[in-house]
Amino acid sequence: MATSTSAGQNRRDFVSDQDVRWCPGCGDYSILANVQRVMPDLGVRREDTVFVSGIGCSSRFPYYMNTYGFHTIHGRAPAFATGIKVARPELSVWVVTGDGDGLSIGGNHLLHSIRRNLNIQILLFNNRVYGLTKGQYSPTSEPGMRTKSSPQGSIDYPIDPISFSLSAGATFVARTIDVDAAHMRQTLRLAHEHSGTAFVEILQNCPVFNDGAWSDLQDRKTRVESSLVLEHGKPLVFSSKGSLKGIAVDQGVPSVVELADDDDPVERGVVVHDEHCETTSYAHALATLKRPDFPLPVGVIRQVEKPCYEDLLQQQVEHAIEQQGVGDLGDLLCSGDVWRVD
Amino acid sequence: MKQVHELDHVAIRFAGDSGDGMQLTGTKFTDETALAGNDLSTFPDFPAEIRAPAGTMAGVSGFQIHFSSRDIHTPADEVDLLVAFNPAALRANVDDVRSQAMIIVNSDSFNTRAQERAGYDQDPLPGLRRRFQLVEIPLTTLNREALHGLALTQREIDRCKNFFALGLLCWLYDRPMDATERWLCSKFSADVLEANVRTLRAGYAFGETTELFPTHYSVPAAAIEPGTYRNITGNAALAWGIVAAGARTRRPVFFGAYPITPASEVLHEVARYQNFGIKTFQAEDEIAAVSATIGAAFAGHLAVTVSSGPGFILKQEALGLAVMVELPMVVINVQRAGPATGSPTKTEQGDLLTAVFGRHSQSPIPVLAASTPSDCFDVVLEAFRLAVKFMTPVAVLSESYLASSAEPWKIPDVESLGHSEVVFAEAQDHEEFQPYRRNPETLARPWAIPGTAGLEHRIGGLTKQDITGNVVYEPENHQNMVNLRAEKLERIAHEIPPVQVEGPEGGELVVVGWGGTKGAITAAVEEARSAGHQVSRIHLRHLNPLPADLGDVLQRFRKILLPELNEGQLALLLRAKYLLPVQTFSKISGQPFKIWEIRECIEATLKEDL
Ligand code: SF4
Repeated sequence: MATSTSAGQNRRDFVSDQDVRWCPGCGDYSILANVQRVMPDLGVRREDTVFVSGIGCSSRFPYYMNTYGFHTIHGRAPAFATGIKVARPELSVWVVTGDGDGLSIGGNHLLHSIRRNLNIQILLFNNRVYGLTKGQYSPTSEPGMRTKSSPQGSIDYPIDPISFSLSAGATFVARTIDVDAAHMRQTLRLAHEHSGTAFVEILQNCPVFNDGAWSDLQDRKTRVESSLVLEHGKPLVFSSKGSLKGIAVDQGVPSVVELADDDDPVERGVVVHDEHCETTSYAHALATLKRPDFPLPVGVIRQVEKPCYEDLLQQQVEHAIEQQGVGDLGDLLCSGDVWRVD
Repeated sequence: MKQVHELDHVAIRFAGDSGDGMQLTGTKFTDETALAGNDLSTFPDFPAEIRAPAGTMAGVSGFQIHFSSRDIHTPADEVDLLVAFNPAALRANVDDVRSQAMIIVNSDSFNTRAQERAGYDQDPLPGLRRRFQLVEIPLTTLNREALHGLALTQREIDRCKNFFALGLLCWLYDRPMDATERWLCSKFSADVLEANVRTLRAGYAFGETTELFPTHYSVPAAAIEPGTYRNITGNAALAWGIVAAGARTRRPVFFGAYPITPASEVLHEVARYQNFGIKTFQAEDEIAAVSATIGAAFAGHLAVTVSSGPGFILKQEALGLAVMVELPMVVINVQRAGPATGSPTKTEQGDLLTAVFGRHSQSPIPVLAASTPSDCFDVVLEAFRLAVKFMTPVAVLSESYLASSAEPWKIPDVESLGHSEVVFAEAQDHEEFQPYRRNPETLARPWAIPGTAGLEHRIGGLTKQDITGNVVYEPENHQNMVNLRAEKLERIAHEIPPVQVEGPEGGELVVVGWGGTKGAITAAVEEARSAGHQVSRIHLRHLNPLPADLGDVLQRFRKILLPELNEGQLALLLRAKYLLPVQTFSKISGQPFKIWEIRECIEATLKEDL
C-alpha cells in the first residue's frame, strides 16, 4: 500500500480496494467519482479524513473511500461524527446520508448536529425513496407515490431538506445534482472551505425504485430551464423556453419576472443572490422554489460564519486549565473535607 | 453539664418537605460525623417530583445516616431518632422508627390543616407518646427568635430552620460544627451567612439549656485503618473513576451523556473537570450520547457514556455496533426501579440481564457491578482497563441506592491505581493494514486511529472478515467471528481474579450477592454467624464473564442463597451455567434490603431440607 504524502495525492489515492456494489446506473457512482476526484484538491491528507455513514444505499460510501471510514447504524451517523470531531478537531469529517437515514430515523441527529455547527460536511443523497429496503416511500417522496408500502399512494407530506437544514440553523446550505460533475465538485470544494457544518443536498437518481425523480434536472437538455444556478452577487435569472426570466421576492413570497432582452433584471425587481444574508427568511424563500412552477435553485443557498462547537469546547478546556491549572488527580481526590486517621 | 451517654452506633433520619433542605442537613451532619472518626453509611430518599405539593406525602424527602464506633455495612434497618419537620414527614417515616426510640417533631407544623394534607384524620401525636420518646419542639418559632432583627424576609428566615435542627443534633450526638461553619462561609455572605451560623449555634445552645434532653450521647471514633479519608457517594465515585482513568493513562476522556435520574449527577460532576482535558458532551438523546462516545473511541479517546435503565436500553443497538467494531468504551448504567419510567429515584437491580443479553443476536460484552459507593471508583477504573486491553465495550452497573449513598473512603495512592497502557497501532507503509488481526493472547484487534498514515481502514456494522475486516457473508467466517467474540470473553474470565469466599471454603450454605446488596448481605451473614450458624459469603463484581472458578467454588456448598433486588436474574444465569440449585431471595419494592430480611431468609434456608 502506498502511503500518501501531503503533496501529490491523486484521485487513485482515495479509491479503496473494495468492489463498488450499487445497482448499474445508480446516481451514487457519479457522486463517488466526483468526491474521489475533488479530495486531492482540498489539501487534506487522506489519513486525516474520515467518512461516516448510517444505513442505506448511500451509506455504503465509506467502504469505497481509501480514507478512514465508519459505517455505523441507521440514522446516527451525525452523532458518531460529532464524537469523532469533538475528540479530534483536526480531522476532516464527512457524513454521508440519505433522505431516509438522515431525515426519517436520523432526523433528530441531523437537526442537532447542524445546530451545533461542528466543522463537518454532511452530504445528503436525496433519491426520494428507500432503496436498500427495496422501494418504500421516504420522507422526501411526493404525496401519492405508489410503492409496496403505499399501494394507494403515500399520504405523508414530504419534508424539504433545504428548509430543514435552514431551520436547524445551518451556516452552509447548498444543493447540487449527481450528474453535474463540475457543479458538484465546485459545491464540495465550497462546503469543505466553509468553517462550520456544511449541509449539501445532492439530488440523486435511483434508477431501480424511483427512476426519473429529478429527470428534468438531470437531463442536460432541460437542466438550464429547470434549475436556477445561484451565484453570490448575481441576480436570480434563468432562461426558460428561449426567454430570460428572473425571481423576485416580495415579503417572502417569490414570483417569476419575465425579462426583455434589454431589461436590467435588478431594476425589474429581480433579487440579487446574497448567500451571506444574516437572516434566514431569504434563504427560506429560495427553499420554497419548487418544480414545476419555479426552477430549482442549485448552488450555495446560504453561507454565514459562526463559531464551531468543537472550537468552543476546546476553548472551554483551555480556559479551565488557565483558571484552575492542569488537573491533578491526587489533588482532586484530597480536595474538600478530608480527615486523617493515624 | 448534662450527662453523656456512650453508644456504639446510632441511626438517625431527617425528614421534611423537599423544600426543607433535608439532604443538605443530612450531608452536613454526615461530614461532621466523618470528621469525628466514626464509620458511617448514609441513605438519602427523595421524591421523584421536583415540586410535589408542599406538606404532602409525595413531597417528603428523607436522609438517613448510620454511624458507629465499629465497622458498619448499611444505613441500618431501623432508626433510633427521627426528626420530622411536618406531619407528612412523620407519617411517611414513623414505621421505620425503632420502638421506644426518639422522635423530634417541629410542633409548629402540627396544625389541623397540615395534618389533613398528610392524610391524618386526627392529631397523631397523642398516639405516638406511648410508643416513642416524643420530643415536641417549636423549631419554626425558635428559629425566628434566633434570627430576630436580621434584614431578611420571613421566608428567608424560615428556610434556615433546618440548621437550627442540625445544631441541636450536633449537640445531642456531640459532633463538632466547624466543618459546617466553614462550608457556610464558603457558600454564603452577609445576612444569609449570619442567619445560618446564628441559628446553627442557637440550636446547639438550645440543646444544652432545654430540659427536654436530660442526657446527650457520644459515639466514639471507630478503629479505622490509618490513612486519609473522605466521604464519597456512588455517583461522585463514578465521576472520579472516569477522571482517574484519563489521568492514569494520560489519554483524553470523552464523556457523552443525556440527562437522566439518577445518573445526571455523574454528568454534572464530570463536567466540572474540563481542566483535566475531559470533553463533556450533552447529547440530544441517549442514542446520540452512546453514538458520539463510540465515535470518540474510534478517534482514540477514552470514551464513556452514562445513563439509567430507560436510556441504557436505547443505547443497545449502538453497543451492538461497538461489539462488532471492537472498540474500547465504557457504558455505565445507574439502575433505577422500572419498568418504563418506573420510580426514577428508587433502587433496583433489574438491568443485569439487559446488560448481559440486551442486544440482538450474540453480542457479548463484559459486565461489572459496583458493590458500595466507593467501589464505583474502582469498578470504573477496572472497566476502562479491560476495555482498552481487550478492545471491547464494557458495561458497569451501579444502582440508585449506591448513587446517592455515602460512606467514608480511604483515599487511594494515585500511583497504586491499576490501568492499561494505551497502545495505538503505528504508521506503516510496507504492508496492507489488517484491522482485525488480533493479539494472540487477548484477541484484541489493533486500535488504529485516524491521523495515522498507512492505516486507513473502514469499519462498520456489517459482518467482518477475520483479519482483513472486509465485508463478507461466508457462513464459516460468520461462525468464526461469533466464536472469536465469545472466546474474547473467556480470555477475560481468566484475567479477572478468582472468587473470594468470605468464611469457610465449603459447607452448608453460601450467600452469593452482587452490586449494592453487599452491605446488607455482609451484615446479615455476620449476624447469622454470631447466632452460631456456619455461613459463607461470595460477592461478585464480574457478572460477564463470571470468574473462571465460580462453578467449582459453588459446588462445595450444599445450599446457595442469592438475594437480589430483581426476580432472580443472576440466579437464572448461575443455574443455567452451573446446573446448581441456586435459591433466589427477591425484593423489588424500590428499597434496599433490610439486614433482618436477609438474616431471616438465611435462617429459614438453613432449616429447610433439601
Ligand atoms: S437501489 Fe437505487 S439508490 Fe440503491 S443502489 Fe440501487 S439504484 Fe442506487
